Amino acid sequence: METETAILTQNLNAWFGRNHVLKNVNMQIPARRITAVIGPSGCGKTTFIRCINRMHELVRDAKVSGKVLVHGEDIYAPGADPVQIRRRIGMVFQKPNPFPTMSVYENVAAGWRLNGDRRADLDEIVEKGLRMAALWDEVKDHLNKPGTSLSGGQQQRLCIARALAVNPELLLLDEPCSALDPIATAKIEELLYSLKQTYTIVIVTHNMQQAARISDFSGFFLMGELVEFDRAQKLFTTPANKLTEDYITGRFG
Amino acid sequence: MRLAPSLGGPFREANWGDRALHILTLGFALSIFALTALIALALYRNSILSIEKFGLRFLWGTTWDPVFEQFGALPFLFGTLVSSGIALLIAFPLGLGVAIFLSELAPRWLSDPIAFLIELLAAVPSVVYGLIGIFVLVPWVRDDLTPVLKKTLGFLPIFSGPSYGVGMLTAGILLAVMVVPFITSLSREVLMAVPASQREAALALGATRWETTRMAVVPYARSGVMGSMFLALARALGETMAVTMVIGNRPEIAASLFAPGYSMAAVIANEFTEATYDLYLHALVEIGLVLFAVTIVVNALARLLILAVARKSAEVQV
Amino acid sequence: MSELKYRFRQAKNYVMFSITFLCTLLTVGVLFFILGYMVWHGASSLNWDFFTKLPKPVGEPGGGMANAIVGTGKLLLIAALIGVPVGFLGGVYLSEFGRNNRIGFLVRYATDILNGIPSIVMGIFAYTVVVLPMRRFSAVAGGIALGIMMIPIALRSTEEFLKLVPNSLREASLALGIPQWKTIIRVVIPTGFRGILTGIMLDLSRVAGETAPLLFTAFSNRFWSAGWLQPTASLPVMIYTYSIAPYEDWHRQAWAAGLVLLMLILFVNVVSRLVLRRRLAMGV
Repeated sequence: METETAILTQNLNAWFGRNHVLKNVNMQIPARRITAVIGPSGCGKTTFIRCINRMHELVRDAKVSGKVLVHGEDIYAPGADPVQIRRRIGMVFQKPNPFPTMSVYENVAAGWRLNGDRRADLDEIVEKGLRMAALWDEVKDHLNKPGTSLSGGQQQRLCIARALAVNPELLLLDEPCSALDPIATAKIEELLYSLKQTYTIVIVTHNMQQAARISDFSGFFLMGELVEFDRAQKLFTTPANKLTEDYITGRFG
Repeated sequence: MRLAPSLGGPFREANWGDRALHILTLGFALSIFALTALIALALYRNSILSIEKFGLRFLWGTTWDPVFEQFGALPFLFGTLVSSGIALLIAFPLGLGVAIFLSELAPRWLSDPIAFLIELLAAVPSVVYGLIGIFVLVPWVRDDLTPVLKKTLGFLPIFSGPSYGVGMLTAGILLAVMVVPFITSLSREVLMAVPASQREAALALGATRWETTRMAVVPYARSGVMGSMFLALARALGETMAVTMVIGNRPEIAASLFAPGYSMAAVIANEFTEATYDLYLHALVEIGLVLFAVTIVVNALARLLILAVARKSAEVQV
Repeated sequence: MSELKYRFRQAKNYVMFSITFLCTLLTVGVLFFILGYMVWHGASSLNWDFFTKLPKPVGEPGGGMANAIVGTGKLLLIAALIGVPVGFLGGVYLSEFGRNNRIGFLVRYATDILNGIPSIVMGIFAYTVVVLPMRRFSAVAGGIALGIMMIPIALRSTEEFLKLVPNSLREASLALGIPQWKTIIRVVIPTGFRGILTGIMLDLSRVAGETAPLLFTAFSNRFWSAGWLQPTASLPVMIYTYSIAPYEDWHRQAWAAGLVLLMLILFVNVVSRLVLRRRLAMGV
């Protein structure tokens, strides 16, 4: 089954100061699929997705080289505006981080309001975002409550709604379930499954079972290098690379 | 190799909004330097007459006589140093004792509220301390403390002579109360930051709690404790109102602690509005300049010691 | 013999810690003594007159300190106009742009040193810069002296509270495509606002009790001071003047004023602590 490419990285390298954390990563992430990025701690998987929405460079002494093409456009081209790029790419973080001074409604609308965009259809946008995040029914009567008054799992779905409300081209998730209980995790996995019809999803996870459960494609990182990238079914059952096999069978990591 | 800009650098932001906010806030932050420089400059320019006339003799001249235009600052330097010295002599053991109690002995639910109460002592304004000083401390020193001291230690020159209640000793005691919170608060913090492993190592060797504290905990936190002492000293040196209300305001150098004295800050407070001619005013400003310089040096030292503690504890955290 | 030595060490342990306990008792006792004494002496002299009447001519009993209360308010207003913007914006720099660089370090160090400069020296500075050129004492001069004193604490406390805002919030905002300056203004600052405001209130309460810098800037006034360019009465200066004078009635009023000032300051401190649970009362 041929799928178009959403993200293409060419010789992507990244550093923290002198620390070379990503080495020549060449990866093709297909559109409207869930791609999981797996690997042991410190392998560079979080750095990898942060290079996709140009968040990596916000850290002091961080450097990036190489090309990252999102829908054919190099986001590291000389004239590219990182702020605009981040707007087009949604990100959900490891620990839910709703804005504490804002209500549920204001959180979802934040992407528009903080930028000074006063849209007339904000109500619809908020509802749509919350529906897409499977949170609408739970909060529709409590839209004015503070974002932090929700449970952990709900807060994470709120963050997903917030990211989706600005109509990104793709969605990056950095270990979104690692701070959640199994039930909340299941809800989010279900949610991602339904979202992939509309969005390209890249999810970093240290939970291999999760990756095997929900992803269509998976990339295995080790010490900054992309060791293997393939359909999930193949990678988790008959990996081509011995290192991948060792990791999956639990020999290290 | 094409590099993306590192946003950690100065003014390399991608958009004008970031740059504008950066420059605006930086400007205000830098105003600190400008302010300090301005203060130093103003002090210098307004003491120039006195500097030129007396030179360094100003610092060891013992005569302060506005009528005959003789200005020597030694009595004030003496008063400031002695009263601060007495204050620290009393406040340091006292403050450290409280800090040790709060950090080593008292349980957390007791230690925190008590520490807060002691910080409240620091919030009491100087003039209120002076009020209590005049109407409570002075009579007490004169009527209760002096007889006791004279009976036991009266042979010492520092306890000779009549006691009117106001004087160096009273000022020292009042200052001690005012600076104890600084010593306690900072020392308690650094003592609590000593890693448990240090205490455990000593206890495992069979030391008592006190021996542990004395030999393992306090030495480890030594820089911070010293730093708190310098901070307290800087505070005592510059203290004005409470001191001027109980020190007696007499520009004399005497051996006895019961004798009235004068401090640098006190003479400025008392005589500034009485300075009827320029040289007089400049002499007073020069005292202010000396005070300025001394407190800056002491504070700089204190901060360095405190920084050393912060660095040390950061290193130990493996 | 070693049994004896051990007993001795145990005894010493007990004695030394008892001493520290006594030290604590003594210190806390002093606080309660001051409070109690102020209340005892000051409360009886507090009456409606104190808050509403002007001081009576020298020697005459009665009168109040209405002008001093208003005067202190005026001085704090001017002080806030100077201290708050500089301290706040400087603190924003240190937290959002200057966390790890040379300039940030130097600014922090210089601020801490500026903080330690005696208040009377600030008074001299304001005198030379405002009173001398204007040839008069004024609320402006006093306000400037107090304002400069406010800056270091407002700066460090703003920095501290902004640093408390978790980085994940900044990242969440940036990842939404919000530029850094909007992130700071619309996410970081509002989140840290409560703390920053409390820090400023504490700062104001601290300078409200300062006397020395006002002695030759705002000076004093036995009447209302019109506008901002007149000598202005203030609570702390009144307390000082009245306490060293030979009139019993003035001493009585000094206690009352001292009580009012102390209560105000302690109130702000206790409320701040309840709001925050941090060590701020000392500005160290």
